[in-house]
Order: sequence, then C-alpha cells, then structure tokens
Amino acid sequence: MELLSETSTLQSILLFGLLKVVLVIAVLMPMISYSVMAERRICAAIQDRIGPNRVGPFGLLQPIADGLKFLLKEDFTPHHVRKVYFWLAPAVSMIPPFLTIAVIPFGSTLGSQNMVIANLNVGILFTFSVVSLGVYGIVLAGYASNSKYPFLGGIRASAQMISYEIAMGMSVVPLFMLVGDLNLGKVIAYQASGAWLIFKQPLAFVIFLVAAFAETNRLPFDLPESETELVSGYHTEYSSMKFALFFLGEYAAMISISALMVTLFLGGWTLPFWGLAAPASSLIGGLIHIGIFLVKLGLFMGLFIWIRWMLPRFRYDQLMDLGWRRFLPLALLNIVVTAAFLWFFQSN
Amino acid sequence: MIVQRKALSWWERLYIPALLSGFRVTLRHFFKKKVTMQYPEERWVVPEGYRGAPYLVKDQDERTKCVSCQLCEFVCPPKAIKITPPGPTVNHSTGNVEKEPADFEINMLRCIFCGYCQEVCPEEAIFLQKDYSLTGESREEMIYHKDKLLDLGGVHQDGIKKWEKKLKDAEAQGMTS
Repeated sequence: MELLSETSTLQSILLFGLLKVVLVIAVLMPMISYSVMAERRICAAIQDRIGPNRVGPFGLLQPIADGLKFLLKEDFTPHHVRKVYFWLAPAVSMIPPFLTIAVIPFGSTLGSQNMVIANLNVGILFTFSVVSLGVYGIVLAGYASNSKYPFLGGIRASAQMISYEIAMGMSVVPLFMLVGDLNLGKVIAYQASGAWLIFKQPLAFVIFLVAAFAETNRLPFDLPESETELVSGYHTEYSSMKFALFFLGEYAAMISISALMVTLFLGGWTLPFWGLAAPASSLIGGLIHIGIFLVKLGLFMGLFIWIRWMLPRFRYDQLMDLGWRRFLPLALLNIVVTAAFLWFFQSN
Repeated sequence: MIVQRKALSWWERLYIPALLSGFRVTLRHFFKKKVTMQYPEERWVVPEGYRGAPYLVKDQDERTKCVSCQLCEFVCPPKAIKITPPGPTVNHSTGNVEKEPADFEINMLRCIFCGYCQEVCPEEAIFLQKDYSLTGESREEMIYHKDKLLDLGGVHQDGIKKWEKKLKDAEAQGMTS
C-alpha cells in the first residue's frame, strides 16, 4: 500500500492498465475455449445427441484436451502457399477481437479503478475500425493459400464485409444521436439513467444483431467458411495451431461483438433494479457488476450458438441483397426518424 | 411436370415466421431424450443369429468337440485358422478315440467373420458367436489359442452324444486304462 501511494499517476496508470490487460486476457482465453465447449454441447443437444462428455467430469476438460491436440499436431505448410501471408493471416484474424475488448467497460469500479482497459472518447469508432480489420485475416488467408476454395472464401468474406459493415455502422448512429457521446462508458450511463437502448431503438438492435452474425462469419452468414461447398473456405489449407488461431479468432470475435452489443443495447454492467445501475461503491458491488456483464455476454453467446444450429446458410446474393437493399435503407430511415424525433422534442 | 412455386406472402417474406418455427423445432429437440448410446457402458442387444467372432465349443460333458479335421483351416478365406493336430500321443481320458487338437489358433486380426468354418465343421465344434468388439494391445494378443477359444465359446448342447458311445466302444475294446 505504501508502494502504491508513492507511485505517480503515470506509474499507477501503467501498473493497473497492465494488471487489467493480464486479467482480461486470463478471463477471455478460458471463455473462448469454453464457448467452443458450450457450442459442441448445445449443438449436440439440438441434434438429439449428448456431445463430448468423456474428458473429466461432464467433459469439462475437453477444451484443454483440444488445445493440447492443436499444440501437438503437425503444423503442415503446403508447398504452393505464399509463405509470409500464410503465416501472417492467422495472427491478423486473431488480434482485432482482442483489441476490441480493450474499450468495452466490463464492470463499474473495483476500488478506485474503472473496469475498462482504455476509456477512449471515441470508443465506438475505435471498435468499428478494429473489428473491420478482422476480415483482412480471412481475405489474406484466402489469398495466401493459393488454391481455389480458400480463394473463393476470401472473396466471399470481402463481399460480405462490404455489404454489412455499412449497415452496421449506420445502425448505431441513432444511438449516439440519443446519447450525445461516443464514449462507451457514457452510453452505459445514459442507459442506466433511462431505458436500455434495445427498447428505444429496437430496429437498430435488429440490424446490428444480424450484421454481427455476418461480421463474425457465423451461420446463417458463414459464407467464407461454408463447409458444404467450399470444403472449409479460407482455412482449408491450415492445420494445427494456425487453424486453432482462426478458430479462436472466430470465437473471440463472437465474444467481443457480444460484449459490444451488451454495452450498446443492454445497458452494459447495469441492471435497472436493486440499485445496480449506479457505479459500485464496494468491492463486492464491483464484482457483482462484472458478473452481470458476463451473464449478459453469455446470453448473447448462447444466441449466437443457438442460431447456428437453427438456420440454413444464406445464399451469396441473398446476403448482399439483405445488406444493401434492406438493412442500409432501414438504417438510414432509422437515422432520419430519430433525428426528426430529437429535433421535434428539443425545439419544443 | 412443372411445379408452380407459391409466392410468399408479405408476412412470410419478413423471415420472422421461419425464425419462430426454427426456434420451436430446435427447442423441442433440445429437451428431447437423447439417442446417443454411451457405448462401453451401454451396449445394443445382439440379435439371434448374429455372426460375430468364431469360438470353439464344448459339449455338456465338458469335452472338446473339435477333432482336428482341419476342414475349417482349409476353407478359411483369409487363412486365419491354424490347427496343430495331436500327433500319436494318447489322451487316456478320452480313450484317444478322436483327435482333440493340441492347439487351435484363430488370428482375430485376419478373421473376417464369414462363418465358413461354422458351416463346414462336421462336428458342430465352432460357432460364430456374439462378440463383435475384440481388443488387444499387441498382435500376439489377438491370436486366440485353444484354451481361450474354448473359454469364450462355452457349452453347446449336443443331442447326439457321440462321445458316450465312442467311450463305451473304447472300453469294450480295452483301449482305456
């Protein structure tokens, strides 16, 4: 404690910043592997099966066995690939989801610290710019693999990204017109003071949700991967740990986009009752807030997984039609309506 | 024949009814009884007449029925069976009226469970039984010898009781001591 009081502001920012980064990574990595586990169990249940239940009690050690398997597998690089990009692509698809987590407030306060790694004033712009980098990993993988199926997967990924990114960006504009700030912490404070934005902007939520599925390449929009026609799309040529990075990247993207949706539409770490809307004053309160955030996150993850085993894959042109001709006009309309609403009420 | 595709109504084109029915179906299956059989603990009931691994049988008097005729060895398509006949040594307990094999090997790695041995056996001494999953840690372990085959085979009720008659004949001729 004496040591802490002696440190300067910069030092304490560095120290606690680093501590938070380590903590978030330490929580995030098991979350990713256990969401894979959850996916397998839920999918099994939907298909009238039991799923992996052999490794450890209830199969709970299965992710560890899987990870070990990926580490020990032969890392095979086909001779026809473009080596540099081939090695670069998995990393590029893995990093953006992790960067996104950095600006998400995952709790109120713990002691004197805000439970957010980087409290950026342009939080949402940062997340959008970083999230859209994720597609480069896939496109790069498609290009580097230098064979037909990954190539088609890469092309699909880029077309899909173009179709959805705009609708996604447009769908959240009304939110920030209401809040009047781009900082995600302010968005949560706004929701805590009134109703959650899912109730104020249901249309924006629907568009964002659908775009999130496309963004994370999850079914019904997993066109870059589509096992049925493209073998396994962009990661056809990948094996071992490089494949595992794509795999983890996909689930990390799901987690980060779920966290973003929780923050934007479901009031982040707040609950509107039992006085849980205000920042915590005690350590336990802070932990409860983190717990609330994780539960909401889990709900979205469950939705992601459930939808995957429910809906068939969209066709290539249907997806672009949905993005350009349905959701973009709807999102623009939503902006106009919200603007008119605000203008009408603020001018009175 | 040309099947006219029905135009979707406005409500159907919204995709919401499809979503809802999808949720209904997946939710129903989620809580349904699972069909997975957890294999080593649960096993399916092997039907009558199933052709599993071939084992040697004994009759109700605990006598080995095989007489080393080597027909099964001859007919076996993958050459999985190897019989070592007893040679000239006399087995006094049976009166040496029939040749009980000194050793009877079935290489279960080669066996294709075709059932020719059972079909060809004149003594009804070998039967395809209900075992379908044979395991071992080495190739040697997968070669089943006479004792093991007899243990696994069990008893086959023999209506003819050939041995009893043979033993009486042998005693009458003074061949047992």
